[in-house]
Amino acid sequence: MASAEPNSGAAAGLLPAADTLIAMYKKMFLIKHCDEQMRATLRAGKIAAPYYSPRGQEVISSAIAVNLRQGDYVITIYRGLHDHLATGVPPRELWAEYAGRVTGSCKGKGGPMHITHPASGVVVTTGIVGSGMPIANGLAWASLIDKTGQVTITNFGDGAANIGAFHESLNLASLWKLPVVFVCQNNEYAEHTRFDGGTAIDSIAKRAAAYTMPGVRVNGNDPGEMWRAAAVAIERARSGEGPTLIEAMTYRFHGHNFGDPAEYIPKEELADRMAKDPVPALRVSLLRAGHATEADLVAIEKEVTDTIADAVEFALASPWPDPKVEMGRDVYAMEIQP
Amino acid sequence: MNAALTPETPMITGAQATLMALEEAMALDPRVIVFGEDVADPEGGGILKATKGLSSKFGSDRVKSTPISEQAILGAAVGLAIAGKRPVAEIMLMNFTTVAMDQIVNHAAKIRFMSGGQTGVPLTIRTMTGAGTGNGGQHSDMLEAWFAHVPGMKVVVPSNPADQKGLLLSCILDDDPCLFVETTMLMRTKGPAPPPGYRVPLGKAAIVRPGSDVTLIGYGRPMFDVVAVADKLRDEGISVEAIDLRTIVPMDEETVLGSVAKTGRAVVVHEAVKRFGVGAEISSRIHETLFDKLKAPVQRVGAKYTPVPFSRPLEQAFLWSANDIEAAIRRTLRA
Repeated sequence: MASAEPNSGAAAGLLPAADTLIAMYKKMFLIKHCDEQMRATLRAGKIAAPYYSPRGQEVISSAIAVNLRQGDYVITIYRGLHDHLATGVPPRELWAEYAGRVTGSCKGKGGPMHITHPASGVVVTTGIVGSGMPIANGLAWASLIDKTGQVTITNFGDGAANIGAFHESLNLASLWKLPVVFVCQNNEYAEHTRFDGGTAIDSIAKRAAAYTMPGVRVNGNDPGEMWRAAAVAIERARSGEGPTLIEAMTYRFHGHNFGDPAEYIPKEELADRMAKDPVPALRVSLLRAGHATEADLVAIEKEVTDTIADAVEFALASPWPDPKVEMGRDVYAMEIQP
Repeated sequence: MNAALTPETPMITGAQATLMALEEAMALDPRVIVFGEDVADPEGGGILKATKGLSSKFGSDRVKSTPISEQAILGAAVGLAIAGKRPVAEIMLMNFTTVAMDQIVNHAAKIRFMSGGQTGVPLTIRTMTGAGTGNGGQHSDMLEAWFAHVPGMKVVVPSNPADQKGLLLSCILDDDPCLFVETTMLMRTKGPAPPPGYRVPLGKAAIVRPGSDVTLIGYGRPMFDVVAVADKLRDEGISVEAIDLRTIVPMDEETVLGSVAKTGRAVVVHEAVKRFGVGAEISSRIHETLFDKLKAPVQRVGAKYTPVPFSRPLEQAFLWSANDIEAAIRRTLRA
């Protein structure tokens, strides 16, 4: 897919190294497998939770994550499992949070839509479309004041680009040259509405021109192209040149949320996109390029499936939070009588 | 009102009290960041000069004027707070918080709980409002009850410059999101200046007139009338205990219930519309706890249930009056 504006990194022919591609594949396989297990567990009724499958969007978060450093911030949304896993939220804490257990990353108080794990960089997961972008500016402003070189990534969908906060945030980020990368994961559907049914412009990336910041539209399912776009934008932010808007074109393999039969998605369209599944595609290309052997990849996959099996077992065996202990805690910094 | 008064005590306005608190907080804690529309010196240092001089003294990194983008302002405030700063964001008028409610209600208030205590939002939102200035329906509302209804928020409404300074400093140094309501009329009204370092703890009401016959509870601008009515009735032999709540959340239930347990009568006064307001909450708590000690039903005084009108006679009819307060007290005494 062509860029709305030339991407200098892409133009420079920057390529991810073999070990970077392997690291990305491991993250992508982790996301794919975790998603499959999550849907099976929900279907079996072992966990009751809202779930927004990111299946099909694995490349974007993996390509970003391999470009991040310790201390960088990541904000994501309710469809965030891929961002959580790629950034490094431990699967045990993630699964336990989905299961509402006290061992969850948020002690079961936030749930799937509010996964928080500052140690890995995931500082905010929001259930409100478009609300992560204004918060990203604040995180980035703090890094700018303290000259820490941290970068803030804020992920959102194509639907969120039609929320007013998008406009306010991009304007402010550009005005103050904040180290933010705005990542629009355009999966072509805003809830049940097709992209062109809700958006007056044919590319979100073009909107960047209105804020005097670079805007690039990339194939978010192409590991090399996505990696380059992320590398260039993150480096630009880190070096103090300001924000970038990346529109990563992708596709959602399942309905808006778990249980949505997705009748608004044409069957042929879905079949065509699923045939281009980016996870097995990267596997094939790693083998073809000689970056990894079959045995290497099987070993990676085995490690991932073991990790998830352990996480599921851990979550389901974990205790529930005790209302007597947890209800009054964390509402305020100290327990108070409101 | 509560600071020690001597003949030499200088007088300051509410706006000057705010400036004192901001200046002290910024000098005390390098994490304090002040921003909002027109707050820096090139833009005039705030429409009422409540931030004047701060950007020149503390630099443009820590004091910044923003575009007219309330969602961006409060979103940035939430992000700064999560990153360890102590933002003081100004939303020029309280009605403008409505365009950024998502950041206040869904994020600032809830992030500590939803993250299981891993992150928190030590944010102060300063905002100005109040009727009586002919600004009509969209620049005058008292919406404190909305915010008090959101677990995780603290809500503070001072009634005089000394408290305004002392409470604002406490909000900025507090670890929770605080909505700090500055009343437009009080921003221009003078009162005794507090000494440097003066702080008023959150959640501590002030008994401004001790009494034994009836408890009169208020906050914000009506406190002038609350005190005036208490003094007037004292001359008639009616002993009114007047309480300035100062903080809506956390509420000083101990002081309120302790007083009503003693007097057996209570009147609650606020500038916000009477129905569904803070007065209903206070009245309910009194009835739930002290029903058998009450000598009369709790009375409420507040504004009429209409949008704030523009035309002066309509606006005056909308607002509470000293007569309303006095009549409410007499109703409790008749019972």
